[in-house]
Parts: sequence; C-alpha cells; structure tokens
Amino acid sequence: MRKILIAATAVMIAAAASLSGASAADKLKVGFIYLGPVGDFGWTYQHEVARQALVKEFGDKIETTYLENVSEGPDAERSIEQLVRAGNKLIFTTSFGYMDPTLKVAKKYPDVHFEHATGFKSDKNMGIYNGRFYEGRYIQGIIAGKMSKAGVLGYIASFPIPEVIMGINATILGAQTVNPNIKVKIIWANTWFDPGKEADAAKALLDQGADVIMQHTDSPAAMQIASERGKLAFGQDSEMIKFGPKTQLTSIIDNWAPYYIDRVKAELDGKWTTDNVWGGLKSKMVVMAPYTNMPDDVKKMAMDTEAAIIAGKLFPFKCPIVDQTGKTVECKGGDHLDDGQVLGMNFYVKGIDDKIPGK
Amino acid sequence: MELLEAIILSVLAASTPLLLAATGELVTERSGVLNLGVEGMMIVGAACGFGGAWLSGSTTVGAICGIAAGTLLSLIFALMTLGLAVNQVATGLALTILGVGLSGLIGAGFVGERITPAPHLHIPGLTDIPLVGRILFGEDAFVYLSLALVIGVWLFLYRTRAGLVLRAAGDNHVSAHALGYPVLRIRLFAVMFGGACAGLGGAYLPLAYTPFFIPGMTAGRGWIALALVVFASWRPGRLVIGAYLFGAVTILQLHAQAFSLGIPSQFMSALPYLATVIVLVLISRARTGGSTAPAALGTVFVPDR
Repeated sequence: MRKILIAATAVMIAAAASLSGASAADKLKVGFIYLGPVGDFGWTYQHEVARQALVKEFGDKIETTYLENVSEGPDAERSIEQLVRAGNKLIFTTSFGYMDPTLKVAKKYPDVHFEHATGFKSDKNMGIYNGRFYEGRYIQGIIAGKMSKAGVLGYIASFPIPEVIMGINATILGAQTVNPNIKVKIIWANTWFDPGKEADAAKALLDQGADVIMQHTDSPAAMQIASERGKLAFGQDSEMIKFGPKTQLTSIIDNWAPYYIDRVKAELDGKWTTDNVWGGLKSKMVVMAPYTNMPDDVKKMAMDTEAAIIAGKLFPFKCPIVDQTGKTVECKGGDHLDDGQVLGMNFYVKGIDDKIPGK
Repeated sequence: MELLEAIILSVLAASTPLLLAATGELVTERSGVLNLGVEGMMIVGAACGFGGAWLSGSTTVGAICGIAAGTLLSLIFALMTLGLAVNQVATGLALTILGVGLSGLIGAGFVGERITPAPHLHIPGLTDIPLVGRILFGEDAFVYLSLALVIGVWLFLYRTRAGLVLRAAGDNHVSAHALGYPVLRIRLFAVMFGGACAGLGGAYLPLAYTPFFIPGMTAGRGWIALALVVFASWRPGRLVIGAYLFGAVTILQLHAQAFSLGIPSQFMSALPYLATVIVLVLISRARTGGSTAPAALGTVFVPDR
C-alpha cells in the first residue's frame, strides 16, 4: 500500500516537474532520486546539501529536480524514467538499491547520462561514485576501542550488503589495534530509515551492555537515545552533534558537492564520460566531523590515523586479514586487500561473534 | 531481571503510538466509516505536536496540538465522505498523501531542533517498588493514557446507549436512520475521534519516543494501526493484545539479534507481523468465528429526505 502511494506521489511530482520545465528548454536539467526525505538529517540530507551547492555554483545554467522517498525496487525504475521523460539529461540515483533499475533505464535511453551511488554496475552512459566510508569507520573503531569501558560496541546495521559489512569489519579492525578483546553486538534493523526502530535498537544494545553506539542507518534517533542514557555514539552521514552535544565522538560526513559540481561541469562542457570514482578521506568525499567528547590522547590517535590514511601509509584492510573461520584471506592488493575484494566483502573478520544474516 | 524490566519498558513505549491510533480507528470503523488516512493524520499530528511543544516548551501543549491537527485533518475526510459522499477508500488514501506532504511543510521549520522528552512519572513509594514499580508507575503519562482510553472506549461501546447507537449506525445505517438516529452526525463524531487519536498517537513519537521531528518519522505505523483493527476483529480488548504483542515481538527480535542467536535477521524483522497474524487468527477462531466487521463498513450513506 505504501509503495503505491509513494509511486503515486513520485508520478505527480514528476508530472509537475515536466510541466514547469517546458519553458526552460535550453537549461541543463539535472535530476536526483532520493531514498528518504530530504530532511532525514542523514544520507539523503547530504545529497540534498550537494544539490543545493550545484544550484549555487551554476545558477541559471541548470535546473534541478528531485524525487524523494523513492523505495528501492520496481518503483525506482518508474521514477527514474519519469525524470528522463521530464527532460533531465544527467540523473543521479543515490542509493545502492537503484543499481539495476538505473542500468535498465540507462540502456533504454543512451543519450541520457546516469550517475549511480555506491553500486558496482556501470555502462557507457552510467557512471559510479561512492565514498570510502570504511576509512572513517576504521578511525571510529580506534576511538570506540579506547572509549568503551565495557569493551562492548553496539552496532545498528541496515541491510547485509558489502557496503555495510565492510563498515563493521573496518570498525572491528580499528578497535582491535587498541583493544584486542573488543566485542561487538550487531542488530540489523532491515531498514535505512525508521527513527522509532533505530531508537529501539539502540535501547536494546545499551540494555545488553554496550556503551558506545555506532550506526549504519540514517536518522539521529540512536544518537539521541545514547545521549539520554549518558553513553557515547558516532553520528552517521552528517553532523549530528546537535542531537548529542555530550555524546557524539565524531561523525562520518558524506561530502558529495565537489563531485557533483565536477560532473555537471563536464556535462555542460560536453565532456561527460562514464567513470568509476571511489573517493575517500584524501579526496574529501569522506570528511570526519570534529573529534569531541574524548581525552586528548585519543583525539591525537584519531587525527594521526586520519593523516596516515590520507598519506596512503595506512590501509584499514591491510594484510593479513583473517576471517571468522580462522582462514587468512587472499591478499590481492599487495600489502592490503584490493578494491574488488573490499567492494564484494561478504565475510566477517575474526573477533566478531555473530553470523551474517542469510549466510 | 534488570534486562527484563528494560525490555518491558521498551515494549510499552513501542506499542503506545499503535494502540492510540488503532483505538481511534476502531471507533471510526465501528460507526461504518473506513478511514485509510491514519498514517497521514499521525504524521501531521507528529509535526504539529512537535511544533507546539517546541514553541511552548510544554509536552501537554504539544499533545493538544497533535490532537487538534489530527482532528482538523479528519474533518477534511468527513467533509468529503460524509458531506459529499465521496468514496471512502480513495479519500483515505488521498488523506495520507496530503498528510505526508503537509507534515513536511509544517515541520520544515523545526527539523533538527530538540525538545525535552515527556517526563516519566514518579510517584514516591509506588515507582520505587522493585520490578513492577517502574513498569506500572514509572513510564510517561501517554502509556497509561492509552490504556485508559481503550477501557473508556470499551465501556462506551458496550455499556452505554450512545455506544449501541454508534454500532447500529455501523452495522445498518438504513435501519438506524429509519429509527431516527442522526447517522451522519454520529459518523462525524466517530471520524473526529479517530482523527484526534491518530494525531495523539503521531504526536507521541516526537514528544516522548524520539524527541525530534523528521519527515516520514511515523514510518508506516499508521498502516500497522489499521491492520491491528482488522486483526482485533473490531474489539477493543483484542486491540490491546494485538498492539502489545506486536510491540513485544518487535523489541524481542532486536534483543535476540544482539544476543546473536544466529537466526536470520530478515526473518526476525518479519516476525512481529507473522506473530500478530497467527495469534489473532487463533483467538478469533477459538471464540466466535466468522466475520465480525461492521456490516456497513466503508459504504457511503446518503439519507433520503
């Protein structure tokens, strides 16, 4: 029922967009598909911030449209196609689950250019972009390992896809460097956005003894629960310190604006070609929020780690990586796992007492 | 034991918005009107409830704003379906779309703001009783209010003349009308009561559950409330069982995951829905059987004058 509603809303917005756009034929039309509401204060919010940066940068030269609350699945395909029909020439689809729908629409409309976030399939008119969020997770792991008195981290995960699994692994690998016996309790919310459920998950983790909360879901609910209980937490996707001034240790901030500006410029100049960009701390696609609520030595440790990753001296997935069964993972990238191995990660590293759901 | 207490407290909080919204919808449906706009009324209640509390600094004012917002939205529904005799299903769906959009507009100004959550009760002596004290006397007032509301609705429906007339309007509006009862006015009040409860249920989320407002924060709870009414076969007592069962399994599956029992999380996430369906089907089988829906549910009534 909800899906029908969302689709209906999307269709209406797209129809409205196509009507209003008819008068501005010479402008480049740039479309966006968002997973959540623009005010989620997390994932979608950061894409919206970048879209606004585009408008500021290019002003009258472009016209942007977005569809929010588009669920991953068949509705996505319809929504993307609506954007194409409304005359958008460059379309950003901003969630993993839009991968196949985007590819399908891209094949149908070879003249339109697509940019898909966080996936692994591309085409000559469909590029890929993603952030190396695991670099930030590794730093958070070190901080969490230092700050947890109980030695137990609480992790609210969304869906068991490689993106999320690599984040859990990077966290534990970071934490193990300062506390080899660190434990992690993982709850899969099976949603990206449901503040109530995220809060329930945070409560459950704290009730079971975790004292530092991390999340891979989009709302600040968990931060706020940790704050209420006087525990610590990391923000997600955006600056969440407002929701826990004495709680947030740091936050991984997604900074899409430079990339979006770059791609729109290329499109305007007629130089757009397909690409596959995986930017991290170095290219500032991933930015760490200020390190707060921790002693100076932990702060220094975090900053040193960040500097080492930026300098290319430290790789979160440096070999040897040992999986849960005790098997050493093949090392394809010289002294660290190569990008393909990280992008397809479907195992837990040693030290996680849990199973990946469905495996 | 402490963990058990924590779990029960979480369950109470998780079930309360569902129970509030579902109780209102139950009364609406008992009068013969199917309002599918619960999700829309809840989310507008959430936005206005938060706005009221944020501006005034008072949870009570927030709750009143939520109730008022839900009622106002339900009046639009009443105007369409009772006044203009428009199809109830279509109007209800439109109401949800309207509510989701409207709440984003209302809430735009205070996304990212924080308020102090609703205070938890503290009755000296009673709240400090070990084990049961915090559960029975230490939650926020909404939790106990929702239970009082269900009892009130039960008494009204089954122990008062007005309740009997309301049920009559829902079962056979032609007969009720022929007997001289004002069917449309009864339904208007029932729809408004449903709107008020949905607004309050929505307001519970930003006022007590997660004290901030984010668009879409009801995340489908309105639809669950609607489903609970059907599963409860339109009986208030079963509604309480359904809502708490749903809340309990929702919370327990999270705890089971944190204990890493090794059950796939996808299955665990589906469990609340599955468990609610199974148990309530069993209850209704064991007692009466057959359909217990108000006979005139969802049908338009135009009095012949």
